[in-house]
Amino acid sequence: MEQKLVALSGNEAVAYAFKQARPHVAAAFPITPQTEMMHKYAEFVANGESTTEMILVESEHSAMSAAVGSAAAGARTFTATSSAGFALMWEIVYVAASLRLPICMALVNRALSGNINIHCDHSDSMGGRDAGWIHLFSENAQEAYDNGVMSWRIAEHGDVRLPTMVNYDGFIISHTADALHMLPDEAAYDFIGKYQHKYSLLDVENPVTVGPLDLTDYYFEHKTSQLAACARAPEIVQAVSDEYGELTGRHYSFAEEYKLDDAEMVIVVLGSSAGTCKDVIDEYREKGVKAGMLKIRMFRPFPNAYIAKILAGRKAVAVLDRSASFGGFGGPVFTEVRSAMYGQNVPVHDYIYGLGGRDFDLSQVATVIDNLQNVASGGELEDVNLLGVRL
Amino acid sequence: MAGQMVEIRWHARGGQGAKTAAMFLAEAVLEKGKYGQGFPEYGPERRGAPMRGYTRIAAEPIRRHCMIERPGIVIVLDPTLLDSPAAGVIAGTDSNTVFIVNTTETPASIGAKIGIKGADVYTVDATGIALDAIGRPIPNMPMIGALLAVDELMTVDELKSALVGLLGSKFSQAVIEGNLAAVERANKELVSA
Repeated sequence: MEQKLVALSGNEAVAYAFKQARPHVAAAFPITPQTEMMHKYAEFVANGESTTEMILVESEHSAMSAAVGSAAAGARTFTATSSAGFALMWEIVYVAASLRLPICMALVNRALSGNINIHCDHSDSMGGRDAGWIHLFSENAQEAYDNGVMSWRIAEHGDVRLPTMVNYDGFIISHTADALHMLPDEAAYDFIGKYQHKYSLLDVENPVTVGPLDLTDYYFEHKTSQLAACARAPEIVQAVSDEYGELTGRHYSFAEEYKLDDAEMVIVVLGSSAGTCKDVIDEYREKGVKAGMLKIRMFRPFPNAYIAKILAGRKAVAVLDRSASFGGFGGPVFTEVRSAMYGQNVPVHDYIYGLGGRDFDLSQVATVIDNLQNVASGGELEDVNLLGVRL
Repeated sequence: MAGQMVEIRWHARGGQGAKTAAMFLAEAVLEKGKYGQGFPEYGPERRGAPMRGYTRIAAEPIRRHCMIERPGIVIVLDPTLLDSPAAGVIAGTDSNTVFIVNTTETPASIGAKIGIKGADVYTVDATGIALDAIGRPIPNMPMIGALLAVDELMTVDELKSALVGLLGSKFSQAVIEGNLAAVERANKELVSA
């Protein structure tokens, strides 16, 4: 498929990806660094490129509430937010997943307050990791766009019907002009397909009840069906990604495996930091150091068995967490990866880094690889470490 | 790959258009079959406050997403930033760094202020050119014209054609013509030591 090479910010790229699905409704409230994404979308609507009905609400709680109402009515619906905006949606984020509404959301990752900070970390999305959404992470504008297009197919698939969030790093991706290939509108829409809602509140011939009181009698069974949907989702994520790969030549899976074939040491990471890791890994490879990287794309559902298999037999693993779990044992990614590695004799260590947008530079990657080499040869290291901070 | 990558750091004050220039340049090089990455450093944004922008250009897709710590080229849109250590104009620079400064002073006098032995220093009166040609003191696009005299990332004509694409839908014909003339003039009027 011929695709145009363009330079866009991550926010613009995702605005295009969502527009190409021809959604019926968008409900959003502005917050930095998401604002520019909805700004771009509003421009599409204003100049007639999109017929999406925009609901300009007075808060993010209302944005997600409007999205739930719209999706329950049978409309293809999206929203977008960051940081405190996501936190304010909290209650309804769970409702969207519980009602199995295939809403798509751009979550432009930003630190949570306080103190107030507009820059990137993953504490916003990690706060919602148990809410029942599918979480896709993106390394750059290209991946944010690609995840944006694929998110509709994943969310709306009959075996899934779970809301899906496309995560991309605030400013680092959202506000950086970057080169990417974009599908023509028609081709993207052909791939995404016309939305076929399963139940609609507006279908008076086939009335349904949405979100009633659900007590000791059935609540647990409904949660069980949600758990089952999460368990089915990875297979669909892979199938949709394979089809997208055939169309675009860009292939995705649960994670990207970078120089892992013979890697003795592996860095596990999410988001834009992966690109910086790749450059430094290449430098170490030239020196004969067998380092590699596993970039997790699908953090929810967490691909437990896949992670256990791909990291099996490595000499050392370093997990990079761009969020802290206060009072917990390491960051959220570490907790998952170490748990997945239960029973294996592979040392797994954690690094908390980049909070509030602290630059993740080349020297930090070098520190991690140096430590990996030390651990691989029997050296000691704290389970949880801090990277790039003044102590 | 790092060896072939051009890394540019922009120093300016809010309102001078450095953000636009840093991002626009990343887009403009696509036409040359190169990859660009452009981003500003976001802080408390306000007109007149010191700010930095970054542009990377390479033959291959650019993967790293960190700040530029060792720029090959430093472009200074406001020479008073040279007097402010907090602006960090010389941070991470050495004798291989090229400085392009918007000023009416000579390269020798600016070079003395920069104080990096062996660094190439170029000057151009981009604000004067912008006032003449555009009627507004916005030196960002003329500085790209000046940059092309130092590093042939593209021809001036290619830059002008990309500029028409950028400004075409937003500005009057007079502003566009003014920018094109300013780019051309800055490219010719860049002074080396």
